[in-house]
Amino acid sequence: MTIAAKFEIEYLQYLDAEGKQVRDDLPEFAKDLGHMVELYKLMLSTRVFDAKSIALQRTGKLGTYASCLGHEAAHVGIGSAMRPEDVYAPSYREYGAQLYRGVQPREVYMYWGGDERGNDYQKEPARHDFAWSVPIATQCLHAAGSALAFKIRGEKRVAVCTIGDGGSSKGDFYGAINIAGAQNLPLVAVIVNNQWAISVPRKIQSGAPTLAQKGIAAGLFSIQVDGNDIIAVRKAMEDALERARSGKGGSVIEAVTYRLGDHTTADDARRYRGEQEVKDGWEKEPMKRLRNWLVAKGVWDDAKEEAWKAECDEWMDNEVNAYLETKTQPVSAMFDYIFAEVPADLAKQRDYVLSLETKGH
Amino acid sequence: MAQITLIEAVTQALAYEMAHDDSVMVLGEDVGLNGGVFRATQGLQEKFGELRVLDTPLDETTIAGVTVGLAVQGMKPVAEAQFEGFIYPMMEQIACHAARMRNRTRGRLTVPAVFRAPWGGGIRAPEHHSEANEHLFTNIPGLRVVMPSSPARAYGLLLAAIRDPDPVMFFEPKRIYRQYKEEVPDDGEALPLDVCFVLRDGTDVTLVTWGAQVKEALEAADELAAQGISAEVIDVATLTPLDFDTIAESVQKTGRCVIVHEAPKTAGFGAEIAARLAEECMYDLLAPVERVTGFDTHIPLFRLEMKYMPSVERVVDAAKRTLAAS
Repeated sequence: MTIAAKFEIEYLQYLDAEGKQVRDDLPEFAKDLGHMVELYKLMLSTRVFDAKSIALQRTGKLGTYASCLGHEAAHVGIGSAMRPEDVYAPSYREYGAQLYRGVQPREVYMYWGGDERGNDYQKEPARHDFAWSVPIATQCLHAAGSALAFKIRGEKRVAVCTIGDGGSSKGDFYGAINIAGAQNLPLVAVIVNNQWAISVPRKIQSGAPTLAQKGIAAGLFSIQVDGNDIIAVRKAMEDALERARSGKGGSVIEAVTYRLGDHTTADDARRYRGEQEVKDGWEKEPMKRLRNWLVAKGVWDDAKEEAWKAECDEWMDNEVNAYLETKTQPVSAMFDYIFAEVPADLAKQRDYVLSLETKGH
Repeated sequence: MAQITLIEAVTQALAYEMAHDDSVMVLGEDVGLNGGVFRATQGLQEKFGELRVLDTPLDETTIAGVTVGLAVQGMKPVAEAQFEGFIYPMMEQIACHAARMRNRTRGRLTVPAVFRAPWGGGIRAPEHHSEANEHLFTNIPGLRVVMPSSPARAYGLLLAAIRDPDPVMFFEPKRIYRQYKEEVPDDGEALPLDVCFVLRDGTDVTLVTWGAQVKEALEAADELAAQGISAEVIDVATLTPLDFDTIAESVQKTGRCVIVHEAPKTAGFGAEIAARLAEECMYDLLAPVERVTGFDTHIPLFRLEMKYMPSVERVVDAAKRTLAAS
């Protein structure tokens, strides 16, 4: 038999579900316990933020919201590995990565609270990142296009996109990794596989044993990591970013995690998945293992946890207040950003709406 | 000065802008060494290299989505859909991202891109190679929909489209790609994207059209003139945002209007113009507005396609009906 091609997919994990270190070769960043505490703190603030968002929605102060519960290690691992000059193209629940890059909780609330200004991230480096992308996987091609721009201009920057397990079924994802392979683009595509695309489980999303291996077809470096282990996610990201930055091409990382919450606040996951599965998901969730590991290292304890939670609560309360105090945009804002300048024909419609306002409609 | 065809004017505009602006680039299927299936990008790869004249994988979604990414990063990509009938996979990226990026980010991110496509029928092409579907884009906010009808307007409008800070759909009527030549100075002068062009003055009836049908409209105007009827001919050129004032002024003068387009009649862009005339020019009209269009059928394969297309005779008949009405 002649073999035309052969491949294997590495699975990377440093911390098991209980926080026991399963390999000795810790990456450099993980030897810096101060930094690991910072990562843990951001994961925790992401979780506090998420709970606050859901509470806002349940009390009628937010529209539909897509929770990130259970994804904290994957998202913070992605965001913390990137450099400021890199570009991030998220889908719509990667707050852990985005908070790291300067997206403010008030902006998330604004977006899900029905205000386009939520997409107008004020702080760098988020300010040059893409906004949330609701049409599934479309953002992968924006990252590929960004990577192409970097290559054309000779810039040492990397474009990172994230999609879900469902998103990896879409043509836009395949198109992005395909052109990244064909043109050797600095693209890192992370499949945050949380096992559920609303109600459709991973097993009927794809017949591929791993989603990472889709990258093999495109000629990209491909790896699967424990997406609840931030050390594994961050390490795979650092390696992928370094390869991309040095012109060695793109990567696909599959971060295997679990969606502990509903798809969004408009969803009720009890309709399609059993309690036991969710209980099992909680056994493997990302916070506990990192906390156990940091506690065992002597750099974290209950008092620190409570103190940081209290700080997060205060931070989020400030953000919620800032959001709730934001005045609704003037009605003319609907017309002001369609084109660089409002065309004459559109100005007539704007003037009509403004005339209704003055009449008190 | 060289006499050039419409397709050569497209090439000339691309070459001019790429030579003067490093951020301008071309991407699509077969646009590289092959120069595009209609030769719109002929010679560009030799001049500007394989990255700025990029042969993409064969996936229209990829072309459109990568174009959005390039444009957000400050490039000015000119993407080619090989035929208008292949543009459908691009529509999600165009409608959900290119057209709304500026609005949804309050101006933080923008998409200064051009999506070019050879448009329309009449060249005995295979199935799916003859579509006229500009009306699918004129209903999408945030897009400019532009269609040239002569070599000079192709050059000037394409330059304007590339320089425009927002996404432009640039539909090239391939039936008249090589119909005639005219002098087009390669001076980098753009034409405005916010006006209709009055190609012929007249007093009795206004013929409003765009793209390849400008040819039929002008021939119909000749025919009508021979019969003592003075027809004004307007090339809309930029369908959206529409310069309705130019059309309104003409119809206020003539009192009659025939709208000519190749796309299907129902909800074609002619319906929008007719509705605007009803809203804003009802009392200037001496006769019902006429539409001479393709039919609400798929454009037939080429044995029958010319029966589908608006003909000079149909335009002349429609114009005469408006005169008979008053």
